[in-house]
Amino acid sequence: MIKVLRSLLVMIGLTAGWQLLVTVTDVPPYILPGPGVVAQTLLTRFPTLLPHATYTLSEILLGFGLGALLGMISALLLATVRPLQVWLSPILVMTQSLPVFALAPLLVLWLGYGLASKIAMAVLIIYFPVASAFYDGLQRTPKDWRDLGRIMKSNRMAFLWHVRIPFALPSLASGLRVAMVSAPIGVIVGEWVGSSRGLGYLMLHANGRMQIDLLFAALVILMIMALFLYQLTDQLLKRLLKHFSLDEDKI
Amino acid sequence: MTSHEKALLAIKVPPAPTIQFRNFSFSYKGQLLFDRLDLDLATGCWNLLLGRSGVGKTSLLRALAGLLPDTSYSGEILFDGKKLVSDQVSWMTQDDLLLPWLSVVENSLLGNRLRAWSRSPFPIIARNKAENLLRALGLGEHLHKRPAELSGGMRQRVALARTLLEDRPVVLLDEPFSALDALTRSEMQDLAFEQLMHKTVIMITHDPREALRLGHDIYLLKGSPVQLTRVSPPETVPLRSGFSSELQWCENRIIAELSLAGEIM
Repeated sequence: MIKVLRSLLVMIGLTAGWQLLVTVTDVPPYILPGPGVVAQTLLTRFPTLLPHATYTLSEILLGFGLGALLGMISALLLATVRPLQVWLSPILVMTQSLPVFALAPLLVLWLGYGLASKIAMAVLIIYFPVASAFYDGLQRTPKDWRDLGRIMKSNRMAFLWHVRIPFALPSLASGLRVAMVSAPIGVIVGEWVGSSRGLGYLMLHANGRMQIDLLFAALVILMIMALFLYQLTDQLLKRLLKHFSLDEDKI
Repeated sequence: MTSHEKALLAIKVPPAPTIQFRNFSFSYKGQLLFDRLDLDLATGCWNLLLGRSGVGKTSLLRALAGLLPDTSYSGEILFDGKKLVSDQVSWMTQDDLLLPWLSVVENSLLGNRLRAWSRSPFPIIARNKAENLLRALGLGEHLHKRPAELSGGMRQRVALARTLLEDRPVVLLDEPFSALDALTRSEMQDLAFEQLMHKTVIMITHDPREALRLGHDIYLLKGSPVQLTRVSPPETVPLRSGFSSELQWCENRIIAELSLAGEIM
């Protein structure tokens, strides 16, 4: 509770600092509108903002779901099918350093201005951290456990299900958290490159028409959305790990 | 324990095989740990392998468990005259290796769970057997708790139950009690000795007193490559206790021999 109160205070402080900056420098509102103006715009233009926000939210959720699912399936395949592991796992590690954002224009070219290109962008961005974190966790089953499994003549799939996957959950959880942070970025970048709906589109559109207050209002919504999604993911993952009595710091 | 409980616990095991190392050579990280070792281990009793850490005790045990890759050693390990078959052994280590998300009963039946993928892993008979054994080990109150709720000694008892329920003729113990406090360790030694009475136990330890307490046969491992010396154990039968002058004398001699080996290295 104190933690919530503290972060609330910090937020109020930052908003006050923002207002102070605007008042002191007397910067024109088309460069930096004050928090009051933004709040007002947020309220008056809410009917405009809402459909764009839901559109962006659905892109994020679809991209996250699909990307996480594909990432987990790939990690499981890599960890269990020996030839795949030999050929593909070095590539998986390398793809970590690829600037996936640079693909955004291509995706829009191939998949069009609609939902598909944004989801593809989010999937690409989410896929790699999830796949590599989960794969890494699956490969790092403690040696004593692997020994015990061999002595017990365990079935490969049973061992995967009962030992390897649960022990990999903390790694998967950190991968999913990273993915949840980057999902909104992916979607927004996708919208910037080419779209006709969504908060990213609205921001560009507002910027072009010098409606900086609207741009800020869209930004505020995006931030709230991202924070909420991250907290939700974090809490769900914590529950999951607790159910398995797994402590993230220990593994 | 009542005789009824004892009867329930009686586990039918095929006769324990003889274990022979023949011409066994093994190197680890470029260092020759064993050079054409020959060793016969007696069946149906406790064989204690005693040596400093790093001398190769664990490698010997891993070889017995079939955990060394075929290419990493030469020579033969024979069980009853035939090549080693790893499903004749069960294994217990210093780390209890309990899965934190499973209950005590489920952990003790881990072998069933890991071997049966499609079938229901816990037939009623297996479950009853496990619960009875756990009760006999003093865990009756804790059957459905998770490992985190248990003390170190209790967790090691669950690991012992899991080892026993595997029902294999040869039991390999890799310093299973060395992380426990003195009192708990002595209790665990008693329990394990009682439960593993007629199995072939091969246990490694670095504690001379533990070896003297439990061993029908005691072997010292020293030097590199390893030289094996059989220590004639005291006349009394194991679970030896107390500080008889003979035990004290044996302990001093073992310590002297091991530290001598340390100097040569």
